Formats: sequence, structure tokens, C-alpha cells
Amino acid sequence: MSDLQDLNAPYDPFADVGEDDNGAQPTGYIHIRIQQRNGRKTVTTLQGLPKEYDAKKILKKFKKDFACNGTVVEVEEMGQVLQLSGDQRIKIAEFLVSEDIAKKSDIKIHGF
Amino acid sequence: MSDNERDPIQDPIEDEEELDFSSLKKKKKSKKKVDFEDELEQPSGTATPENEVNEDADEEDPEQMFADLKMKKKKKKTKTEDAPEAAEEGAAAGDEDLDFGELKKKKKKKKNMAEFEAELGDNGDGEDVFTGEATETAKAKDGEESWLNSDRDYTYSELLSRAFKTLRQNNPELAGEKKRYTIVPPSIHREGNKKTIFANVADIAKRMHRNPEHVIQFLFAELGTSGSVDGAQRLIIKGRFQQKQIENVLRHYIVDYVTCKTCKSPDTILHKDNRLYFVQCEACGSSRSVTAIKTGFKAQTKEDRRAAKRV
Repeated sequence: MSDLQDLNAPYDPFADVGEDDNGAQPTGYIHIRIQQRNGRKTVTTLQGLPKEYDAKKILKKFKKDFACNGTVVEVEEMGQVLQLSGDQRIKIAEFLVSEDIAKKSDIKIHGF
Repeated sequence: MSDNERDPIQDPIEDEEELDFSSLKKKKKSKKKVDFEDELEQPSGTATPENEVNEDADEEDPEQMFADLKMKKKKKKTKTEDAPEAAEEGAAAGDEDLDFGELKKKKKKKKNMAEFEAELGDNGDGEDVFTGEATETAKAKDGEESWLNSDRDYTYSELLSRAFKTLRQNNPELAGEKKRYTIVPPSIHREGNKKTIFANVADIAKRMHRNPEHVIQFLFAELGTSGSVDGAQRLIIKGRFQQKQIENVLRHYIVDYVTCKTCKSPDTILHKDNRLYFVQCEACGSSRSVTAIKTGFKAQTKEDRRAAKRV
């Protein structure tokens, strides 16, 4: 299985080819996902935040701005992932764009 | 004024929703919204341009005009009544104000989402076929042989639009991008409290010429859940989902994995080559690679923890 993942990794540069001209985004896409919890509650996860940003500080800002709770989770394959309570997908995307952390085309919003 | 500028962008999106899945609910909703926009536009005196844009965008114009008339009448009435029953009127006005405020808020929230998505689409790959078309047609109407009345030379873009127009008129099947891609709306039922049944996955996948398994894999990855297929080829998804939400996910699927990026045709075939997925277009023959479906990070929920404990 580990072979499979290794093969997937060189596949990613295909996505990067188009982004070569902007250069600033070697990490590729930023994924924003939503996940259902019990009842009508949801969690939002932010994956692929560029390494040069301090996840904790950004999280702090998110928590303050969106009035929600959240944590930073360390995952081996994906590095640091931010988790926020509630559906904050649009707000996160807007924040990232307005702060020039990512381009709109690099942000992928998943979920319903 | 910025509101005004946004509206034309917004409308085609609503259209798209209607067109993709011809569900009645959607139509009603968008109609309501349009009416409300007119309401908003009236006080600022820019109702006419707004209406014109809408004329191009959708064919519900007569109704809109009715709505306009109604509003006007209402306003007149309130004005005439104003003098004799000042106190009552005040209360009524207050009510209206309240309504307005609420509606406005709702609208703004929704707009943000749709707008952002639209911008995403535009910036991304120009995948929003519908917005582009709408503006194009509007432009074409404006620039329709306007050089005939003046001394100036025709510009390139004018000639181009003219060429396309004649092409479309003479052989509609050739420039047949007008043919809309429609899919039956997903039929969603609830099973018990925590599961959702998606009854016609197989049918929808067949219409898209996709392997149902691929569609299901995408659904699970996007929704961040799991599930299974039952004996009657129905998909059982863990978690509660509404038809609208599933529609959204399917729409993303169509954009990502079905439509041809070159000619926008949905008539494509997905095949696997050297562990990579390729989409080959049946209409124009182009082929492109698409990313494999990847489930991203999944947050641990209470149930996961409970399940881990049990083992």
C-alpha cells in the first residue's frame, strides 16, 4: 500500500504544473472540508495550509473571527490540519483569499 | 451599485441550478428571489436595467413585471392611506421594515456562498459555462451590427459574435452548445434516523456514463462519510443529507469528472491507464487526466472514538 501512495505523490505535480507560474504555492491545493457530526452539527477541516504560516496563530484568528472552537491536529501524511466547529468553509476561504495566503483557484471547498 | 453589478452574475447561477436538475422547488425559490430583487431595486430607481438583464437571463419576465406592478400599487396605496391613519400606518411600516431586514440578511448570506463559488469557478478553469453564455448573448445583442448606423469600422469582436450568430442560426446542431445537460434529480430518502438512502445512483451513474462505484467513491469522499449499496442497487449513506446537498455534490462531480474541459460536452468516457484516470471526450476526441478520488483528512468523531474503544 505504501507503494501506492508513493505513486500518487508524483501524480500531484500534474496539478502543480499549472501553478508553476505563480511559484508561491508548492504545497498545492488547500482543501476545506465539512463533516457531519451528531445531529445537525458539523466540523470544518482545513488541510494543506502552507508551511510558512503558523497554524496555531491562524487558528487563534479563526476562533476569534468566526466565534467557534477549533484545534490543530497533526496527521502524518498531511501535516497540520485545522479543525473548527460548525460550517466555516466559506468564511475560511474568504479569509485565506483576503489575507493573500492562497489564491481562490488553489482553494478547494468540498462537501455539500 | 455594487449590489446591482452582482445580480447579473448571480442570476445565471440560479439558472444553472434549475437547468441541471429540473426540480420544482428550485424554480420557486429563484422566482421568489428575483421578485425580491426587484423590490430592492425599485427605491433606487434602477429597476429598468435590472429587468433588462433578467430578460436575457430567464424567461419569467412577465411574472416579474407583474411583481413590479404589484409593488407599485402597494406603495401607492400606502401613500394614500398615510394621511388618515397615521398611527396604524406607522405600525405597518415597522412590520415591513422588519421583514426587509430579515430578508436582506438571508439574501446576503446566500449570495456570499454562491458568489464565492462562482468566482472560484471563473478563476479556476472557467468552468461556469452558464455565466459566460449569458453575458455573451447580452453583449451580442448590444453589439448587433451597430456599425451599420455609423461611419466607424466594425471591430473584431463584433464580427466574431456576428459570425457565431449566423453559424448558430444556420445550423443549430453544429454550434449546439445550447443543448443543456440534464440529469434526473437524485431521489433521497431517510432510513431511520441516521442514514440516508440515495435510490437512483445507478441510474444517474449510467446517464453520466460512469461506473457507479466511481460516483459512490466520490460521494463518500466529499461527504466525509461511508456507507454501502443494498440489494436493490440503492446507496445507503451514513449521516443525514438532503436532496439539495447531494445535488451539489453531484454537480461538482460532473464538473470535475464528466464534462469535457475543451468543448464542455458531457459526453465523455472515463478510463484507467497506468493507474491514472483519463477522461476522453466522445464529441471532440480530446482526453485529459483527472485526479484520482482522494479522501482527505477525516476528523475523529465521537462515534469513531467509541468504535475504537469497543475493539
